[in-house]
Amino acid sequence: MTSGFTRARRRGVHARFDVAEASLIVSLAGQVIELLRDGVPDPQVTGAGEDPLDELVGMSGPVTRPEDPVLRRLLPDGYSDEPGSEDANAEFRRFTERGLRDDKVANAEAVIASLQVAGADAAAEDDPVDVELDQAGVQAWLRCLTDLRLAIGTRLGVADGDESHWESLPDDDQAKAMHDVYDWLGFLQESLVRSLR
Amino acid sequence: MRSPSHDLRDNAVVTTAPSEVEESDVDERVLADVPWVTVVWNDPVNLMSYVAYVFRTYFGYSEAKADKLMMAVHEEGRAAVSNGSREAMERDVQAMHSYGLWATLQKADAS
Repeated sequence: MTSGFTRARRRGVHARFDVAEASLIVSLAGQVIELLRDGVPDPQVTGAGEDPLDELVGMSGPVTRPEDPVLRRLLPDGYSDEPGSEDANAEFRRFTERGLRDDKVANAEAVIASLQVAGADAAAEDDPVDVELDQAGVQAWLRCLTDLRLAIGTRLGVADGDESHWESLPDDDQAKAMHDVYDWLGFLQESLVRSLR
Repeated sequence: MRSPSHDLRDNAVVTTAPSEVEESDVDERVLADVPWVTVVWNDPVNLMSYVAYVFRTYFGYSEAKADKLMMAVHEEGRAAVSNGSREAMERDVQAMHSYGLWATLQKADAS
């Protein structure tokens, strides 16, 4: 079981995972990538195609909220839900959502790559997977761990102060198992934030 | 081709002074001075330490200020974390979204 991230001796931060932990993160990050890629709306509903030049310079994109609650949380509105905010929200989304999706995919890919470089694929069951992160790696991990927790937390419907609910579930409950993963990712992220002080 | 800031400014004009828009060329410099704020909302997922980290690193706030804003988000459900032009606040909101924080922008007087 990993003890989380610590500041490495010379520079960067380090964590040692066992193979099962590394595989779990690779799998979850892969699912988030799939969700972000699959959820890209059709060009017909994005407002794309109105102006070929807009399309060329990346100034067209989705104008409506994603339906999936997880995507809605990963790609939130830019304006609060006040009367008259619909147009501003549509425009904000049109110009930012595509880039935000790409950034989140890139972060998840960087996390997967850092685990694979450390031997997550090839390691024997008892071999440790040692991850060392430079500054860019730290940013990718911080943001990807956040996205994984947002995705799982939204699916599970976590709320402030609901710890006793999850503890009361039987051990073989799938949601409890997923909540344990959610907590574990939180522990990892906490260790990563602390290692940066 | 329409640029994002132009589009959004159009909208600001319509929501702030609809009658003037039709009658004259509105002085965009004046309208751009209307202060906006970036609001970060509480969510049950993000760690308090991470939220404070984002406020320190992205905004360059002191530890004391970052912690105070983080606690305001946590306890009051939301906090205005930056203010400035609409364009600047759109950039801040975009940055908050890329960190995974739940943020929106609004006119300062509406908060």
